[in-house]
Amino acid sequence: MNEMSKTNAAVMRTPLGRVRGLGSAKSGTHHWWMQRVTSIALLPLTLWFVVSMLSLAGASFAQTRAFLAWPVNAVLMLALIGLTFHHIAAGLQVVVEDYVRKDMQRIAALLVIKGGCWLMALVCAFAVLRVAFT
Amino acid sequence: MSYPPDPRQAAFAGRRSDGTPVQRPLSPHLQAYDMLQMTSAVSIMCRITGVAWSVGVLLLVWWLAALATGPAAFAQVQWFMSSFIGLLVLFGLTAAAWFHTLAGLRHLAWDAGHGFALPTVMKTGQWVMVATGVFTVLTWVVALVVWR
Repeated sequence: MNEMSKTNAAVMRTPLGRVRGLGSAKSGTHHWWMQRVTSIALLPLTLWFVVSMLSLAGASFAQTRAFLAWPVNAVLMLALIGLTFHHIAAGLQVVVEDYVRKDMQRIAALLVIKGGCWLMALVCAFAVLRVAFT
Repeated sequence: MSYPPDPRQAAFAGRRSDGTPVQRPLSPHLQAYDMLQMTSAVSIMCRITGVAWSVGVLLLVWWLAALATGPAAFAQVQWFMSSFIGLLVLFGLTAAAWFHTLAGLRHLAWDAGHGFALPTVMKTGQWVMVATGVFTVLTWVVALVVWR
């Protein structure tokens, strides 16, 4: 049994892949691990966000800007934005990889997800900084 | 390379680093599962709520962009969020967010090696569904009290 699994491992992996130890996904467990790390970080951040939104229910434009302009809130919002879009990109990528079978369609979908998440994250970050610095 | 007709044998057609084609196992498509079963129902709902939340985050993008733009743009967001459709969307998003968060906690416990026994899986699955309902209603009770 042990001998056999050893043989299979040798057949399935390239010599360079074995040296790097990163497997067929080419990045080891990084993607999986980052999805877990971001999810743990998002637990307290999302709770802060929900409580903040509840406290802002019915607030005016000026009150809402004052809230976001406060440095602690601005920094937490930036952290929430970065981690949220990282987690979204990682999660949607897995869904697409599982269900979209045609190479070109899958690659196109993954590029749209990556690009979309970067753009949306930058829009959010720029908005927060603009509110904080004006 | 043709795809196998049996969904349980679903495979990913890829290439090895030396260029030769290879089929690797992959999550089967949805038709392979009994969706009324607790295990698969909570699993796929975790994905669906994740995708829904991802789309819902566009509201956060709109809200922040409007806040940075000016009072007129912000008033439009406020109008939508407090409209019937807007409140319905926000309520749905709250439920999706709670479900994804609680099911995610269950996943983290699994990742740490806990809760794999079938009775435990059934119990935590039910717990996720009940807690989603309770936390969603609780969130909105607080929201409406603050709003008044």
